[in-house]
Amino acid sequence: MAKGILGRKVGMTQVFDTAGKLIPVTVIEVTPNVVLQKKTVETDGYEAVQLGFGEKRAKLANKPEQGHVAKVGTTPKRYIHEIRFPEMMECEIGQEVKCDIFAAGEYVDVTGTSKGKGFSGVIKRFNFHRGPMAHGSKYHRGTGSMGATGPQHIHKGKGMPGRMGGETVTMQNLVVIKADLENNVLLIKGNVPGANKSFLIIKSAVKKQTK
Amino acid sequence: MSQQLIAKVTEEFIKNDIPEFRPGDTVKVSVKIKEGDRERIQAYEGLCLKKQGGGVSETFTVRKMSYGIGVERTFPVHSPMIAKIEVVRYGKVRRANLGYIRGLSAKASRIKEKRVK
Repeated sequence: MAKGILGRKVGMTQVFDTAGKLIPVTVIEVTPNVVLQKKTVETDGYEAVQLGFGEKRAKLANKPEQGHVAKVGTTPKRYIHEIRFPEMMECEIGQEVKCDIFAAGEYVDVTGTSKGKGFSGVIKRFNFHRGPMAHGSKYHRGTGSMGATGPQHIHKGKGMPGRMGGETVTMQNLVVIKADLENNVLLIKGNVPGANKSFLIIKSAVKKQTK
Repeated sequence: MSQQLIAKVTEEFIKNDIPEFRPGDTVKVSVKIKEGDRERIQAYEGLCLKKQGGGVSETFTVRKMSYGIGVERTFPVHSPMIAKIEVVRYGKVRRANLGYIRGLSAKASRIKEKRVK
């Protein structure tokens, strides 16, 4: 069953599996999400479940936000996001979605905003190779050739320096190591996009199906 | 707050029966070894060179001379593959990382024993 939940990256650590092997994991805090709204084909043209995650002071929420959560009878939420899976439509409005919707061994896709790298050169940004640093070489970390002179312009897609990072990145087919309902935490093998404390969307994997 | 949550999550893996030891001490590590479906315990005794990391990720490196060749193994302190850690001898050293000992002769690499109360 395809499902999704919202969370916040806490950081990375290690755990041991039953065979005694060390597994690197990312800890994702998933306090119970609240279903704020259900979008249907009749009213909105598509089906989706709107989840709210994270507490926010009432003072920080404007009147439309306060009215939106008052309909469901919860507190204002820090993050609100829609999950578009038909299977999620079984949820009721106001229902809490907890981390136990995922089980250990399931494959998930995790979406977040990558760490900003600022204005970066092509070596960092596009994995270009470097020129020799010595022996009279005048080409060190440059952008390389701009292409043929024939078209009299630079082709689209030519790698050049610029802003890097801070993009929406999805990592696919990550494995859930543990869904800890007691601490409201998901442990996911390996790393996930973004800095600690950043907002994440965890969804069932699109490509790899759980055995 | 976040570090507390990580500590809570890894709490179940933390062992509480580990003796206190430091770099310079001679330790005997009982390592579980799986052979097919059988499990046996092998002892690995040597000098603790360094301890790194904290929490569940803490590791220590043990160096021993095996048939004249130096062998170093790094173990996670809280690994379930470690049955027991024993301190054989407390050494008196003034470094946290004893990497310098690798280049020394056997005679020069002797470490004085520390008097423990």
